[in-house]
Amino acid sequence: MNATFDRSKLTVGVLALQGAFSAHEHALRRVGVSTRQVRLPRDLDGVDGLAMPGGESTTMSQLLDSSGLFDEVSRRLESGLPVLGTCAGVILLASAVLDGRSDQKSFGALPVTVRRNAYGRQIDSFETDLDVTGLDQSFTAVFIRAPIIESLHGDVEILARHDNLPVAVAHRNVVGVTFHPELTDDFRIHGLFVDLIVNSLETNRR
Amino acid sequence: MTGNVSGTFRVKRGLAEMMKGGVIMDVVTPEQARIAEDAGACAVMALERVPADIRRDGGVARMSDPEMIEGIKAAVSIPVMAKARIGHFVEAQILQSLGVDFVDESEVLTPADETHHIDKFGFDVPFVCGATNLGEALRRISEGAAMIRSKGEAGTGNIVEAVRHLRNIIGDMRKITQADSAELFEWAKRLQAPLPLVQEIAETGWLPVPLFCAGGIATPADAALAMQLGAEAVFVGSGIFKSDDPAPRAKAIVEATTHFRDPEILAKVSRGLGAPMTGIGMDEINQRYAERGW
Repeated sequence: MNATFDRSKLTVGVLALQGAFSAHEHALRRVGVSTRQVRLPRDLDGVDGLAMPGGESTTMSQLLDSSGLFDEVSRRLESGLPVLGTCAGVILLASAVLDGRSDQKSFGALPVTVRRNAYGRQIDSFETDLDVTGLDQSFTAVFIRAPIIESLHGDVEILARHDNLPVAVAHRNVVGVTFHPELTDDFRIHGLFVDLIVNSLETNRR
Repeated sequence: MTGNVSGTFRVKRGLAEMMKGGVIMDVVTPEQARIAEDAGACAVMALERVPADIRRDGGVARMSDPEMIEGIKAAVSIPVMAKARIGHFVEAQILQSLGVDFVDESEVLTPADETHHIDKFGFDVPFVCGATNLGEALRRISEGAAMIRSKGEAGTGNIVEAVRHLRNIIGDMRKITQADSAELFEWAKRLQAPLPLVQEIAETGWLPVPLFCAGGIATPADAALAMQLGAEAVFVGSGIFKSDDPAPRAKAIVEATTHFRDPEILAKVSRGLGAPMTGIGMDEINQRYAERGW
């Protein structure tokens, strides 16, 4: 990767309305960037990327609205801010959500259809080893009441599959992962996300 | 690892991690469950009577009727928790078979065993247990609990005990991070807790599982107080559906739990909520639920 960038000068926002935001902060710090909890629009000032954690997508959807963050995050997504969404984060990013609440809002930044809680209840949650594009060795993926990406619409790269279903996808600067890379001590997926941020900054600079 | 492995400690603890920063609300009907979900609850606790009513009615409080739990499960898409009596592993087996997402081995129900808690490693469903101090929390974790909640005093609408328990747990963790390696043996002895867990706290400064707050939260300010003291999420039992106007209060407590360090938002969401539950003083009660569990 590009050595001209000092990663410790990068600040990655972590959406901290509800969910596993502290685990994402830990993972991102371990791959060398600074983090900031994002609860209000002003918290987005100066962030180079944004992580949307797992948690309850219905809860986060409501808090995005009441905090005024929904419109501000939409604007940043349109202007190409790199975003990593995990589990509920994928639901927030998707263009279509099945089995959601009727008032649930999504950013539509990832052209995929996702189904909420598609594996069943918590006793059906599991972990398994996966091959992920860009990683030499397999990654232990933890799925917690996870959504399923049922269909892709347009230019979406599949980074990992499980049981023939896409579980990690990318579209432009948006990465969606239905499992929880923040729940293990393996931070390689966060590392790939920071690579994406660095590449995008380099591209913009040129 | 080949294939899917479920019920690992990481998978169980993972769901607890997903509930951080959220509000788990006690509900007794599908309709209340929908109000909770509408308000932004990150999970609901399905039970037959909220703690304030259990306290008023007296008698033996047991696991809820499976039919009632099924009704609440069908009403909402968020995770559903349910309570088993302390030590009553058969109630826990039944709750697991119902597909409940989290079991609360709870002192609010009448204990079934005065010596032993449930061996929670024997289950695929995750468990949350209450604690009044760090030793109790670590004993529950050593039995397999994937989440700890400070007990507080359920059904009182009085935050004083929750504050005491959070300060006990978090204060001792702070002291342990200052202790030298020899002192950790003494800490393990004093807390009656496994040494490796005490050593882990010395290293990380925190429990190996999330720490939530329960027992006595009645207002948005109460929720924010628990969060500022270090709780990572809150349970609200009687505080919502024993108040004058549950829906706006529920929503306000959700907002307060997210924006817990922002007094302007706290002031805004605290306005015009109607009367909170009346609440009772600690000197007015004759049964302290927090004393149950060992």
